[in-house]
Amino acid sequence: MTQRYADGKFGDYGGQYVPEVLMPAIEELTDAYERYVLGNEDGFMDEFRARLRDFGGRPTPTQYAERLSDRYDREVYLKREDLLHGGAHKLNNALGQVLLAKYMGKERIVAETGAGQHGTATAMAAAHLGMPCEIYMGERDINRQRPNVFRMRLNGSEITPVTTGRGTLKEAISETMRDWATNVEDTHYVIGSIVGPHPFPSMVRDFHSVISTETRRQLREQTGGLPDAVLACAGGGSNTMGMFTDFVDDEDVELYAVEAGGSTLDVDEEAGVAPNSASLSTGEEGVLHGARTKLLQDTDGQIMESHSISSGLDYAGVGPELAHLVDEERVNAVNVDDDSALEAFHRLSQLEGVIPALETAHAFGYLEEHHEELGETIVLNVSGRGDKDLQAAIEETEQRDIEAAPSMAEFSGGI
Amino acid sequence: MAGDRGGGSDLEAAFADGPAFVPYLAAGDPDYDSALAYVEALARGGADVIELGLPFSEPIAEGPTIQSAVVRALNAGMTPDRFFAFVEDLDVDVPLVCMTYYNLIYQYGSSEAPSASDSRATEPGGGQGPRPFVKRAAAAGLSGFVVPDLPAEEAEPLREACDEFGVDLVFIVAPTTEGDRLRRNMEHVSGYVYVQARTGVTGARDDVSDQTERSLQRLADYDVPKAVGFGIKTGEHAARIVAGGADGVIVGSALVDIVAEGVENDTPTEEVAARLEAMARELKTGAERGYEQRVPQAGGN
Ligand SMILES: Cc1ncc(COP(=O)(O)O)c(C=O)c1O
Repeated sequence: MTQRYADGKFGDYGGQYVPEVLMPAIEELTDAYERYVLGNEDGFMDEFRARLRDFGGRPTPTQYAERLSDRYDREVYLKREDLLHGGAHKLNNALGQVLLAKYMGKERIVAETGAGQHGTATAMAAAHLGMPCEIYMGERDINRQRPNVFRMRLNGSEITPVTTGRGTLKEAISETMRDWATNVEDTHYVIGSIVGPHPFPSMVRDFHSVISTETRRQLREQTGGLPDAVLACAGGGSNTMGMFTDFVDDEDVELYAVEAGGSTLDVDEEAGVAPNSASLSTGEEGVLHGARTKLLQDTDGQIMESHSISSGLDYAGVGPELAHLVDEERVNAVNVDDDSALEAFHRLSQLEGVIPALETAHAFGYLEEHHEELGETIVLNVSGRGDKDLQAAIEETEQRDIEAAPSMAEFSGGI
Repeated sequence: MAGDRGGGSDLEAAFADGPAFVPYLAAGDPDYDSALAYVEALARGGADVIELGLPFSEPIAEGPTIQSAVVRALNAGMTPDRFFAFVEDLDVDVPLVCMTYYNLIYQYGSSEAPSASDSRATEPGGGQGPRPFVKRAAAAGLSGFVVPDLPAEEAEPLREACDEFGVDLVFIVAPTTEGDRLRRNMEHVSGYVYVQARTGVTGARDDVSDQTERSLQRLADYDVPKAVGFGIKTGEHAARIVAGGADGVIVGSALVDIVAEGVENDTPTEEVAARLEAMARELKTGAERGYEQRVPQAGGN
């Protein structure tokens, strides 16, 4: 198990910037993380791995992508996290944290969700482990990701709409922190990415690091070596760090965190809007949601409203470890815009029979634009499948002229 | 404005004779000029210290009432620089405390290179950390800070800047703060301790939490003024809390509710100010009543 940065500081980033009322719970969590996750006390990690296998369906395959390889004239591999139960990488973390909450004797789970994937995964894990669960979700995201709202309800979770701000992930995290601050004695907050106060960034990374452990082994079995480039989309960065962790020490492997370039990288300072979510590429150091990290903010330090075609990347912050690895020049922070992601969504669907999440599609947009710089062997994390995005993808496609997109008009009438 | 603010001990002094009434309003809510009138009304109503909120876009410790106040103030153009102007424009002679979130403190002056006279080590990110903000705050006459997202673990840079400029850093003690943690936190306290009356976020409540009593008991041995906040709404609440051993009461949402009502009903500024002043008087009187009830048995502070 990785023990990198066990003190919760990643260079200048990280830390524990939370209200005092939460600090005792965070100390308790840190202690539980060290004992159960890092120390495998009471066989916690053994049980976690067994459940990931039997309930989650791990390991997921690393698949050779024939038609993409042909298209780009290099070897392209897909890490199929979309095949994990729930349809995204999110279950690795959700299952780990809900199980940890049980070991800690907590009685209730709260979580935020953006795309609804983390909420879905948490709702599934909570049902699986018999814990009551409440999910906070921005009103705007509820409208963009309906199928996931129904899935969470079917698993027995309560959904609480968040109406403040633009009603996206940032507000959902703030509101879940408020719930946690109120019910801290018996409640665990299952945060959905490598963000938040220590120990969350390290702990969430550790639960997801199985992605890179498997990918590294599976690729070596198939190719006899390591890839030249590893790509993953980055919102908060959990699928990203999960995919990178075991490659960080492989200096010849280039790591690419692909952020949402949104509609443009330009910022409207007056309106407080950054029409993108490229905090690694364009953000400034600051403090949000418990950690010091790179943020989209104005010169006063007010947090900007972000934008992305994909709810799961639509966030003004990013995990502190990823921000640090970018500063260290170990990870390349890159981005593609909404159009490029949507085109890649259609391309992957048609060329490989894999409908990716709009979040995931960003990594494939970067592959299309920059494959020539990426070396001979490239592996991308398919962080999730696109079923949740069908409505949004069809609507967004209708507003654009995308060559490869099939026409849906004859079947109009909604999903 | 009063020229004698910005000491370091004037906060403690505000608790010296009798229980202190510490109201909160968000600076610039609903607009700059009205907010000036409202804060001055609180002073007339008997405030001993005033907490002024510098609005931050992600107020994670606030309930719906103060979240809305923050939105109104931001929409009306409140910024850190305008906040300092606001403090300077205020005509009150009680100590003022700035309540805000760490990112605003941290970012202030981050884009400017340190001048020759400020040849302190810069922060690794290129900015200067909390120092420029504290320096400006002290110059504006502020006496202290409350920073709800800054636990003792992360407070060292701000603590140093506060010491340098003679400003108090008020810490929050929560119902969950116990044992070693309480002891460690109390070493950092200056001015007064903010005793959080209940778990959760800010917002006026109809009852007094029994968590308050337990917190006050845990703090009884510490010789520093204890001001209780979170949920206090009426003079009767204030009386009970002071009777229970508090040295002061902090009231925010119940006052912000009056501002919000004024906005909703388009009430003239003077009328809202008059209501705030009356409410302040009720709370202050309640605190004094509680103090009288307490003296015979507990002997006061
Ligand atoms: C499929 C998928 N990929 C990626 C993300 C982004 O999260 P992170 O950057 O933490 O991996 C999300 C978030 O909802 C998601 O659903």
